[in-house]
Amino acid sequence: MKAKNVVITILLTVLAVIWILPIYWMIIMAITPNDLLKLNSTALLPQGITLQNFIGVLKIGLTIRWFLNSLIVTILGTALTLVLQSMAAYAFAKMRFKGRQLLFSLTLAGLMVPKEAMFIPLFLMFAQISGHNTYAALYLPRVAIPMGVFIMSQFFRGIPDSVTEAAQIDGASPLRTFFKIIMPMSIPALTSVGIFTYILTWNDYLWPLVSATRKEMFTITTGLASLQGNFAQATELGSLMARGVVAGLPLFILFLIFQRHLIRGISMSSGGKY
Amino acid sequence: MESKSRINFPALYFVLPFMLVYFIFQIFPLFQAVIASLFKWDLLTSSMSFIGFENYIYMFQDPTFWSSLMNTIQFVIYSTPLLVGVGLLFALLLNGTGSKKVLFRTAYFAPYVFSVSIVTLIWGFMFNPQKGLLGEFARIIGEKPLNWLTDPTFAMPAIIIATLWWTVGFNMVLLLAGLQDIDPSLYESSSLDGTSWFQDLLYITLPSLKRTLGLVTILQVIMSFQIFGQVYILTKGGPGGTTRVLIQYIYETGFRDHELGYASAMAFILFLVMAVVSFFQFKLSKEEN
Repeated sequence: MKAKNVVITILLTVLAVIWILPIYWMIIMAITPNDLLKLNSTALLPQGITLQNFIGVLKIGLTIRWFLNSLIVTILGTALTLVLQSMAAYAFAKMRFKGRQLLFSLTLAGLMVPKEAMFIPLFLMFAQISGHNTYAALYLPRVAIPMGVFIMSQFFRGIPDSVTEAAQIDGASPLRTFFKIIMPMSIPALTSVGIFTYILTWNDYLWPLVSATRKEMFTITTGLASLQGNFAQATELGSLMARGVVAGLPLFILFLIFQRHLIRGISMSSGGKY
Repeated sequence: MESKSRINFPALYFVLPFMLVYFIFQIFPLFQAVIASLFKWDLLTSSMSFIGFENYIYMFQDPTFWSSLMNTIQFVIYSTPLLVGVGLLFALLLNGTGSKKVLFRTAYFAPYVFSVSIVTLIWGFMFNPQKGLLGEFARIIGEKPLNWLTDPTFAMPAIIIATLWWTVGFNMVLLLAGLQDIDPSLYESSSLDGTSWFQDLLYITLPSLKRTLGLVTILQVIMSFQIFGQVYILTKGGPGGTTRVLIQYIYETGFRDHELGYASAMAFILFLVMAVVSFFQFKLSKEEN
């Protein structure tokens, strides 16, 4: 029995090293001077340490601009998703109104629309109003994906009716009840939806590639991709990897802080329990 | 509860803002895709002429459409069992508590939070025979480094390896959640009978996990079908079109060849295929709820 556990631990450790090694390697290259990497890029210990590559990210190229674009698009998209989708979810879960069942079914059906199949009509739509190369074009289609409605309506159904009824007796309007009582109660579920939405929006690739065609409007995800085809950049491996680290770091930190919430959000989104 | 009309009104302004966004950006484009697919529609000149089902007829005779579809299906067929199987293995080994297990779970899940362009940045160089770690490893064990991304035999496996590394943690998380839902008393009765770990797996764990496994497999098929970024950045569909996938062909038809009508027709077919698969997912996730 003991021997079996040792074997499993060794197996898991080897696999964990394989999983982490590529990330570690990127970081090592990011702090190594470019000219050293030209001679040898496969050293696993830094042959020389420099911050020059990161200073270059600030000074050369549009990486910082792309980073800020991503930040704006992701924050606005996530905030709008949380507010609009949980309002709708609350109505579906707690209010009685005509057409509720029909609208809710229609919303859930939207989960079946594959995001990556819709980019041509979406492109045409934004083209008709000259809406491309704007922030709104980047985050609005994301807000329409009804995942949050699905998750939040499950959550709101678990809140006892007595809570909303008590607020109503106290004379609070439905909006006030929702923002002052329901939303604060729902922070764990909102965090799960929020962190999951944040990561998916930050990592969107196809839609920004189609919609934001001006270099200044690239997101960090499409911008970093655009650098990889460029041979001149590829000869400066350290600079390129530093851009990868800058693009990945904020998400990695968020992940470490909100790991539990993210994992819960994922299992809720698939229709699993939470 | 007061009169009905006073309750209906707030419901309307709770639902309306999202519904507006939803209809404009999710439902309406679907109809627009169907309409656009019936036209010959040039992106550059914006000229449109109605051609009925000609885009669909052309699609069935277009060898690039078929090869892209087959490459996509190939990717789905190879990647799905691998991603579900390895995810299951990780989940089985890491089920339970303990700081060591939490640490391992974090390690396997970590790549999932990265964007596709970070994954391709790392793996583009990992696979590089001169500059990458895989080439260096091959040299250490005395082998000739493989030209992963430029060799037609290895390009698709390379894409699958990078994808496995990137997203297997997602499946692991879903399967771990499924494992935690299994009633522990099932195992207690079996430990009295002196059954082995393997027998428990075969007769208790896997049968109890059936629904989750089904769900994860369908989700994986849906995600694998929509593969685009890894291929587009790592190989551009090469060498010789051997890794060109459906979304990439739709993208190129629309934005390189400027044929929006034909691209819409292919997108609509993709939508139909995905909708059928998603329908099964929906059925499965509603079960037992």
